[in-house]
Amino acid sequence: MTQITQPAPEGSAATAPALLSLHGVQKHFGDLHVLRDIELEVTAGEVVVVLGPSGSGKSTLCRTINRLETIDEGEIRIDGELLPTSGPGLARLRSEVGMVFQSFNLFAHKSVLDNVTVAPIKVKKVPRAQAEREGRELLERVGVADQADKLPAQLSGGQQQRVAIARSLAMKPKVMLFDEPTSALDPEMINEVITVMTDLAKSGMTMVVVTHEMGFARRTADRVVFMDAGRIVEIQPPEQFFTAPRSERAQDFLSKILDH
Amino acid sequence: MDHLFEQRSAIWDAFLTTLSLAGISGLLALVLGTVLAGMRVSPFLPLRIIATGYTEFLRNTPLTIVFFFYVFVTPSMGFSFSYKVAAVIALTCYTAAFVAEAVRSGINSVAPGQAEAARSLGMSFGQNLGLVVLPQAFRTAIPPLISVFIALVKNTSVAGAFSVLELFALSKRLTNAYSADVITILIGIALCYLVICIPLGRVAAALERKAVFGR
Repeated sequence: MTQITQPAPEGSAATAPALLSLHGVQKHFGDLHVLRDIELEVTAGEVVVVLGPSGSGKSTLCRTINRLETIDEGEIRIDGELLPTSGPGLARLRSEVGMVFQSFNLFAHKSVLDNVTVAPIKVKKVPRAQAEREGRELLERVGVADQADKLPAQLSGGQQQRVAIARSLAMKPKVMLFDEPTSALDPEMINEVITVMTDLAKSGMTMVVVTHEMGFARRTADRVVFMDAGRIVEIQPPEQFFTAPRSERAQDFLSKILDH
Repeated sequence: MDHLFEQRSAIWDAFLTTLSLAGISGLLALVLGTVLAGMRVSPFLPLRIIATGYTEFLRNTPLTIVFFFYVFVTPSMGFSFSYKVAAVIALTCYTAAFVAEAVRSGINSVAPGQAEAARSLGMSFGQNLGLVVLPQAFRTAIPPLISVFIALVKNTSVAGAFSVLELFALSKRLTNAYSADVITILIGIALCYLVICIPLGRVAAALERKAVFGR
């Protein structure tokens, strides 16, 4: 198997300082080596899409970035700061990293508006009136403003995921992580979430997106990270990756998913 | 029957004693038990050990021994309480262990993604627990909690053996005084317990209906 871990040369992004950097990251689940020698730098404003077969470690990679998964070795830096292992320092860095989950994870007992305002009010001590005003603006932006007073369970999956994106944005994060945001959605709801994500990318948000949406990767990604068996196999701009993948593993993966 | 009527003010006093023992201990046990449940899921190992040790010890000790401790042992250590205060402390400590387990089962029923989302937003452990996990945990913990409180109401009768004149102690007095009326007296006293416990069950059902929400 060809292993290409060098990032492809690219324009301005390569010279800008990294907003997010993973260096020498290793992780095991028991005997299983789920992340091997991970080296990745993401610059401000960049959209990185992580692709790979299931079990390749891409979700785990995404979850290590805000330490929902611990790592065994290596270092992760956010805006130059080393990710602390616990305590208030970790909480503060997490508040600067937005996370969108496959299963939405909206707070089930809180209204849509409360979901969006609770963290700014309690964590960042934003006055309630301001948090609610900004929260409503965000709900407007993701197209669910008319659902503000409902409970999450009363919303469709697509609406819930858009609220989850708004909830993360309410903390004004430096970077947003998406862990398979459309995998739990009915097909007709995928587009409404992808549209919100595309708008977000256009607005200059730094994003790391684990997904199976090849269309999104192709149109919106600045770089595609391809993972297999816990390793980053190649990093390429999307056009090169989809038309001329360098590694056999990526060629094999693409032949399987692009065939049908 | 006549004797029950004659003794109505004594029964009323004993009823209030039972009710206040259960009410005060129940409230305190709810607070202490919730704190213990929180400690058991905290990321800080010593807190987990203390809470687990407390729960296992108190849950598996007969209530009578807990009463003995507070009524006879602590005074010899220089802390003495009135019988009633000692009874409240004993009932609180004992019941808190059961409350902690009921609340913990509620915490375990909350989807792990809820706490993950809270953490990813930068919430501290305390905020995560107080704002996200516990409000949802209590909804599932209501039925087991009500069972715990019903048991508490009946456990107050142990205080009767430690010089607190509550319903059970009164029933012993009355049956000694009017031995011909044992059955009516016991039924009368039992009814007093039902008057407390049956509404508790109703309250539980009402709370549960109110707490129903989609997941």
